[in-house]
Amino acid sequence: MEQKFRILLAKPGLDGHDRGVKVIAAALRDAGFEVIYTGLRQTPEQIVNAAVEEDVDAIGVSILSGAHMTLFPAIKELMDEKGLKDVLLFGGGIIADVDAKKLADMGCGRIFGPGTPTPDVVKYLKEALPGKREKEQIF
Amino acid sequence: MTVLDRFFEKDRAALSRIISFIENREDGYLRLLSRLYPNCGKGYKIGITGPPGAGKSTLVDKLASYYLEEGHSVGIIAVDPTSPFTGGALLGDRIRMQELSGKGEVFIRSMATRGSGGGLAAATREVSMVMDAFGCDIVIIETVGVGQVELDIAEVCNTTVVVLVPESGDGVQTLKAGLMEIANIFAVNKADRQGSGRLVSEIRHMLDTRQKRDDWNLPVVKTEAVNNVGIEGLKGKIDLHREFLLSQKSAEERLMERARYELNMITRNRIIDTVVPELLDEQTVNYYARIISEGEVDPYSVAEELVSGIDIKKKVKV
Ligand SMILES: Nc1nc2c(ncn2[C@@H]2O[C@H](COP(=O)(O)OP(=O)(O)OP(=O)(O)O)[C@@H](O)[C@H]2O)c(=O)[nH]1
Ligand SMILES: [Mg+2]
Repeated sequence: MEQKFRILLAKPGLDGHDRGVKVIAAALRDAGFEVIYTGLRQTPEQIVNAAVEEDVDAIGVSILSGAHMTLFPAIKELMDEKGLKDVLLFGGGIIADVDAKKLADMGCGRIFGPGTPTPDVVKYLKEALPGKREKEQIF
Repeated sequence: MTVLDRFFEKDRAALSRIISFIENREDGYLRLLSRLYPNCGKGYKIGITGPPGAGKSTLVDKLASYYLEEGHSVGIIAVDPTSPFTGGALLGDRIRMQELSGKGEVFIRSMATRGSGGGLAAATREVSMVMDAFGCDIVIIETVGVGQVELDIAEVCNTTVVVLVPESGDGVQTLKAGLMEIANIFAVNKADRQGSGRLVSEIRHMLDTRQKRDDWNLPVVKTEAVNNVGIEGLKGKIDLHREFLLSQKSAEERLMERARYELNMITRNRIIDTVVPELLDEQTVNYYARIISEGEVDPYSVAEELVSGIDIKKKVKV
């Protein structure tokens, strides 16, 4: 069977706008991904726990509140702790280039600005995901 | 250390990896299942099914909380449809289950229906087996709809709850016959809405006019999942049904029945997965389709000829 990539989409923080995430979710589904949407106001712990349970290939978080520099590192740290080192973390929101660079140095993936055409996100994931996850000895 | 070693040490990421391995039917998945089999059999499987938006996920969330409070370890499988056009899926059941993970040992897994109906029932059964082997003594399976797939999945469950809502059309008239067959309990959810009383009496009436299969008195309960009303009562009925099943057969009979069912299902699926594709490769199908369409032979004779030529014992290899 053709490999199915699974993507977790989450919306941490307090703002209640999830229209952007929902547009991305629908676009990724239409591109053949299995998208797990976890809803609003997720804590980094909840996001990473869900990612463990769903065995996803990527976590996409939408941050509009400007809290990138706290939320992304917090999620990344938990991911490393829970053994999700080879899972791609990417996101959406407005972010300065210097900050994006800092996050990239920490091992985070792309942050897409508001209004990014959805095919760009699809293309990015289709290129980034194949072969990204480590093959483990199952038994 | 292999993933399976970590699985037996109760590593949740390992459980998750193994579920994917089974779901993707990666090479060796049958051997893995046979490794897990001796650790299975303690998990009680509860199916929650019904029309889209009936409140199934909300209900699963509340129901699971009660089992967690009693100290059970709960596995949840939430099945949503794969788009037949794109192969993608949007799995959103977790939205209604956000608070669960803080309450105890619970593992939630979303599953897309992917390919064929029969295969899905098998995959659901296998994923529930993995959770069972991991130590989940309650496994709740949410499925949407009323198709053949749900009927097959219900077969996998010990107790099946069919969730209906007052606004689902003309009440019971819209119910597919199959739903009646699989229900062990009816939950009329969104009982805060108008018309729930009428729906309850319609279901009761329909049950009265129907031939009973056994001594189980099919309960109809009202719930308001979103307000956590009536869920404890529903759980009570589920536990009652479990006791009923236990009282119907001896332990030996139940084990024998399970073994018979599993042997049948696994063997059938193996034949479909291995022998059928070999027998019906594209070239063969095209060749015979042409001579059938030209009226030279009939499909019955061809099927007979194809089947009589196979050596099953040689072809079914794990
Ligand atoms: N009024 C009312 N609304 C409810 C009740 N239970 C659930 N809902 C709401 O119904 C909507 C659908 O709930 P879900 O739990 O997602 O329903 P579902 O059956 O799992 O939906 P799908 O998985 O999409 O088929 C949500 O907005 C819930 O808040 C209830 O008892 N009363
Ligand atoms: Mg649901």
